[in-house]
Amino acid sequence: MVDITPEKVENVSPAEVPEADLYHAHSFWTKYVFCQDAKVIAIQYSGTAVVIGMVGLVLSWLMRLQLGVPETFSFISPESYLQFVTMHGMIMVIYLLTALFLGGFGNYLIQLMVGARDMVFPYVNMLSYWIYLLAVLILVASFFVPGGPTGAGWTLYPPQAILSGTPGGTGLGIILMLVSLAFFIIGFTMGGLNYVVTILQARTRGMTLMRMPLTIWGIFTATVLALLAFPALFVSAIMMTLDSVLGTSFFMPAIVEFGEQLSYGGGSPILFQHLFWFFGHPEVYIVALPAFGIVSDLLSVHARRHIFGYRMMVWAIVAIGALSFVVWAHHMYVSGMNPWFGFFFATTTLIIAVPTAIKVYNWTLTLWRGDIHLTIPMLFAIAFIITFVNGGITGLFLGNVIVDVPLSDTMFVVAHFHMVMGIAPILVVFGAIYHWFPLMTGRMLNDAMGRFHFWVTFIGAYLIYFPMHYLGFVGVPRRYWSMEDTNFIPDSAADLNAFITVAALIVGFAQLVFIYNILVSIFKGKPSERNPWKATSLEWQTETVPPGHGNFSKELPVVYRWAYSFSVPGTVDDYVPQNVHPNDVKLVEPEGS
Amino acid sequence: MTEVNVTDDRPSGMQGVIADWASDQRAFKGVPWGKAMMWIFLLSDTFIFSSFLVSYMTVRMSTPEAWPNASEVFALHMFGANIPLILIAIMTFILITSSGTMALAVNFGYRKNRKMTTLMLVLTAILGASFVGMQAFEWTKLIHEGVRPWGNPFGAEQFGATFFMITGFHGAHVSIGVLFLLIVARKVWRGDYEDDTERRGYFTSHKGSYNIVEETGLYWHFVDLVWVFIFAFFYLW
Ligand code: HEM
Ligand SMILES: [Cu+2]
Repeated sequence: MVDITPEKVENVSPAEVPEADLYHAHSFWTKYVFCQDAKVIAIQYSGTAVVIGMVGLVLSWLMRLQLGVPETFSFISPESYLQFVTMHGMIMVIYLLTALFLGGFGNYLIQLMVGARDMVFPYVNMLSYWIYLLAVLILVASFFVPGGPTGAGWTLYPPQAILSGTPGGTGLGIILMLVSLAFFIIGFTMGGLNYVVTILQARTRGMTLMRMPLTIWGIFTATVLALLAFPALFVSAIMMTLDSVLGTSFFMPAIVEFGEQLSYGGGSPILFQHLFWFFGHPEVYIVALPAFGIVSDLLSVHARRHIFGYRMMVWAIVAIGALSFVVWAHHMYVSGMNPWFGFFFATTTLIIAVPTAIKVYNWTLTLWRGDIHLTIPMLFAIAFIITFVNGGITGLFLGNVIVDVPLSDTMFVVAHFHMVMGIAPILVVFGAIYHWFPLMTGRMLNDAMGRFHFWVTFIGAYLIYFPMHYLGFVGVPRRYWSMEDTNFIPDSAADLNAFITVAALIVGFAQLVFIYNILVSIFKGKPSERNPWKATSLEWQTETVPPGHGNFSKELPVVYRWAYSFSVPGTVDDYVPQNVHPNDVKLVEPEGS
Repeated sequence: MTEVNVTDDRPSGMQGVIADWASDQRAFKGVPWGKAMMWIFLLSDTFIFSSFLVSYMTVRMSTPEAWPNASEVFALHMFGANIPLILIAIMTFILITSSGTMALAVNFGYRKNRKMTTLMLVLTAILGASFVGMQAFEWTKLIHEGVRPWGNPFGAEQFGATFFMITGFHGAHVSIGVLFLLIVARKVWRGDYEDDTERRGYFTSHKGSYNIVEETGLYWHFVDLVWVFIFAFFYLW
């Protein structure tokens, strides 16, 4: 039995869109630069995110060099080390991952997968990108101002963030950081409104919410989280800028610095931490949920198996999204807040593990008795599950107050969040690029280079982060330029650090191979088939591949089923695209007829 | 053959709500894109103002110094007496009145009464502008009395900081609203939203619809609502 949609209800968008309602580019400038087509905007977003991400990568090499072979590089001073840490973290979390998942994948996939012609407000969407670019440029500018960028840590905790002891604290560094964040948020909001409204109000006929691919559910929920979480960061950025520029005391208590009483007094540093983590914890899910969604689709397509427990998956995404707003203070167990708070937040934190675990079970059960093709996207998807479970389990450690207190601010936390929000989502990003590259360019990425990239990245990531858990246990603190003669840390920690540095440089090199692969394949890659992975979702059913302007032919597709009709018994092909009418499904002729 | 099950009966009650939401094409039936966007934007903006107000309450509690007495600081010396909060009362009254004229504008818009819609929009804009003007007057007065973001003669320094920040942010919202009202008023007057126009609507790019008036109205009512909270928490407390 296939269910089909009820008759057309009133006030819905017509299947045929008059020419006049589409955006038309008239010149080179409006076609490739100030373009309002979401697909071009997606590529602009992704390109910018990758470029700034490379900066973040280089910064990580510099940090690793210092940790692996201390006292060797004269250009890495304690101050610049802190600046590298800070900028690395901020770039990776916000300017790379958030922008790539929502601005990049969001723009490209939403309108195609829900069967729309474009985002609902193309002009606002275009502005979103340009403001994002501005934010990136301001961020980059902070490297070149006197005093350099801020070294306050990506968490930017006051009071230290705006005091003279912190690199960039009294100069332009911190201010440019805050201004850049504010612009990022404004730009993001413009894009985010587009994503949400497009998904809610511009789906094609038959595309009910419960037929949307999980990719869209992930991006949708993440965008809602972002629209509600970024305001807290925005407000704290404004207040910290005022503290720094005007000398207000929102976050600044009375302080004596180098024997001198500063004019601050009466503010609340803890307030900043609450605001920051009210944003910060949802932020980790802003990055994780699109990855959850995309990986579900990758697993399903490449295992030729419907996603296990689709409804449960949707509700798990929504539940995680909602719960992520009530766990923020698990980042503040050592901040001196009331212990009852710790009790409350530990409880909510452990509860959020339930829907998360459901998702992991369902991914595994999707593979169960599937027809697993170990294509590169599939390899990355499986690697994601393993890595995410790993990071999730250390999360349970850190969620408990008494376990967290000794582990807080050690390398263990660094290992935890890199596993769970560094490596895991990045693996999905890679998998997704290998999966959708043929759609975006009409060419395949080179398979051999891809496999090399996968194995080096996957194994290498474990060589880097697994030992860090151990380093954390023995007490190696995070954000330290050098251990020197810290007598409670065994000497072997330094050897381990050197080992990690070697692994990190090798993994970094593999990323260059990946970038090379992309650049070469865009022009010289093997031409791909129309739907190389035999996927069912709408983005592969467009008129042309890569999809042209307006995405679909004159009529928008009509959707008859969910996106997971793989290995359907009795059909000729082993999959049925979402938009094939039930009467048009090619069936195997019954024997003897 | 695959059995095809076509259902057309819509469930009632809560089930119906869920079915409508989850049905195809539009979660909110009959809601234009621009209106949906405005609602979601306002939800996001609510979080901004909530963060501001929560921060204000926190620093008010964290500062060891006494908080200035709002009814004295915001009193005006008129007719030989200090009248507490008189200016704020007038400002609040004006803003709430402007919400009324805005609602009328929306109503006239849906009746396609071009002249009255324009008139009401302009009236709303004038009321909004006078609100901003009075706010400027209040700022000037306080600045003359020595209130600064980093300190003031009446007590805790956070008083000035939160005052300028929150009313400033709200005032910016009102000013943007006034600007938007004037733009929309001009477009209404020019007949951009009439049925026979060739011009395409603002934001929605649909012809012949006064939706944008309602969307501007949503924003305006929101800004008013926020003011009520600022008034209650900052001036009355
Ligand atoms: C079951 C799931 C999880 C639990 C119980 C959990 C718990 C925690 C706790 C308690 C901390 C604070 C550690 C400390 O600072 O002492 C932490 C840090 C962190 N977690 Fe998780 N986490 C979970 C999942 C995730 C996910 C899915 C992500 C991202 C996608 C993530 C990203 C982070 C980050 C970025 C930090 C470090 C922030 C910083 O201090 O700079 N976590 N986690
Ligand atoms: Cu968290």
